[in-house]
Formats: sequence, structure tokens, C-alpha cells
Amino acid sequence: MQLTINGTSKDYPDSISVQQLLVQLDLAPELVVVELNRDILTPNMHADTILKTEDKIELVQFVGGG
Amino acid sequence: MDKLIIAGREFDSRLLVGTGKFASNQAMVDAMENSGSEIVTVALRRVDIDNPEDSLLSHIDPKRYLLLPNTSGARDAEEAVRLARLARAAGCEPWIKLEVTPDPYYLLPDPIETLKAAEILVKEGFIVLPYMPADPVLARRLEEVGTATVMPLGAPIGTNRGVRTRDHIEIIIEQSNVPVIVDAGLGAPSHAAEAMEMGADAVLVNTALADTPNPALMAQAFCKGVQAGREAYLAGLGTQRHQAEASSPLTGFLRND
Repeated sequence: MQLTINGTSKDYPDSISVQQLLVQLDLAPELVVVELNRDILTPNMHADTILKTEDKIELVQFVGGG
Repeated sequence: MDKLIIAGREFDSRLLVGTGKFASNQAMVDAMENSGSEIVTVALRRVDIDNPEDSLLSHIDPKRYLLLPNTSGARDAEEAVRLARLARAAGCEPWIKLEVTPDPYYLLPDPIETLKAAEILVKEGFIVLPYMPADPVLARRLEEVGTATVMPLGAPIGTNRGVRTRDHIEIIIEQSNVPVIVDAGLGAPSHAAEAMEMGADAVLVNTALADTPNPALMAQAFCKGVQAGREAYLAGLGTQRHQAEASSPLTGFLRND
């Protein structure tokens, strides 16, 4: 299925959860914030949230800034 | 003791520092340390999923520093509110440095969108520290909607030009009931001291620390500049005059005329 992650469309296995996606991308769940179709997901929602094709996901983190 | 109090929380340091543009994380950590700051700003950006970097947060001790996420990159109120909510979801305390800068050339804050976003965020329980043009009327309006501070700019972000908005910042300081933090454009410890001498409650600096070969030493210099300015303000500056006024006695000269 197609997922758009941070603006880039890519192919991912069907019915993976947000938690599995983060594992696959090697991202620590406590260090990124996940937004799914404009809704923020708290970490306790990662395991139960199953992604669907054409979902739009934003993965953001803190960087240096003024 | 002379504490800075923002939204009921006490701080000893009146210098806030940004974490952007340092040549290395170590340079950033050294600068933070030497600045004596207790509040550090961070930005929120997309993860580069092809090249994940190590996390900034692993370099910042949350017990020592209050993390103040900004909404940099927001071009309007909606984008700023979105960024603020994401920052809070990252587990931060609900403090937010509100920045809405639609114009990439001067990065000047949009007063209307900043006010709109401030109103929404205050209602959502955020402690809002808005970056703003040095406009005394806007400062009032922001205070009225419940922002925890006002943060007028000294000069455009990253310009190192100093307190170019001095006359308006003086009015803001005179009228404000919330802390006034001069943010942006301060390039030298003397600029920070100047803002503090005027009665600003604090200053925020980033580029001046990052944009030098020795951030740690510059941070130390800013720390002293802020302290010097604050102490001078508390002591009370002497009156400026046009005509000279002798410091030494005008009697007992070694002459008879």
C-alpha cells in the first residue's frame, strides 16, 4: 500500500501499525511525534493504529532552533 | 532575590538561548552551560527518514533546562497552532515560543496571525511567549489575550544588529504587566546589556552565540552582559544631560581668579 510519509510517497506492507512503521524506520517512539492525516497520535496509540493505503503521516522531531 | 518570573515559574537567569546553527552539538552544550541559561529554545521539523540524525534531546538535560519549543517555519496562525500541538505531544511542558514569520527575507513576525494564534493557544492551555514586532499596541493586545510574556524584536532574526527598535521597546516595557523579553537581532553582549538597562526582563540570543568561533566564551560574555545590564537597571542609571557637570569640586583651585 502507498503511504505518504513526510511528503514522500512510498510502498509499505499492508496493515502495518504505526509502531511497526517506526521500528522499520529505526525511529525511537519517544523522540518523534506522529501525525496521521492531521491528527496527532500519542505514543500509547502507536500499537493499535493500523495504517491504510494513502494515509498521510508526518514524523517530526526537535532540532536546534532559536 | 531578583528572580525572573514567567507564568508563576521562577528563574535565576535572565538569558534565554536558542540551540540553532551551532557547528556541533558539543559547541551548543558548552554555550548553554556557560550562558547560565535555564530556558532553551528548540524547533520542530520533519525527520529525514532516509538519514535519521541523533536526537537533539539527548544533548539537553531536561532537569536543568526548560525546553521552549518554537513554531518557527509557521507562515500563519493555523500552521503555528499545529506546530505547538505537535510540540506538546512530544511530551514537553506546554510552553511555546510563538513565531509566525511569513516573509522569508526579513523573517518579521506577522502581528495579526501571531495574535490569532496566541488567542487559540492560550485557550488550549499553552503558556505562550510570542515573538512580535516591537509594537506597543500589539504588546497590549497579546497581554490581553493572556500571553505569559511579550517578546519584541531588537532587529530581524540573525542580523546581530542590536536594539534598533529601542524607542518602541521602551514604551512596551513601560506599559507591560508581563515580562518583556527582547528577542532577535542582539549580536553583542553590549546589546544585551542595553536591553537590560532599559528594563527588559530578559533577552533571548541564538545567532550571536552560534555565529562565532568560540560559542562557549561568547555565551559567558552574554551572561555577564545580561547581569551587568540588570544590575545597572536595578541601581538606576544617572540622568543624561547636555551640559557637563563636574565630578570634581569647583572650589579650591590653585589660582586666584
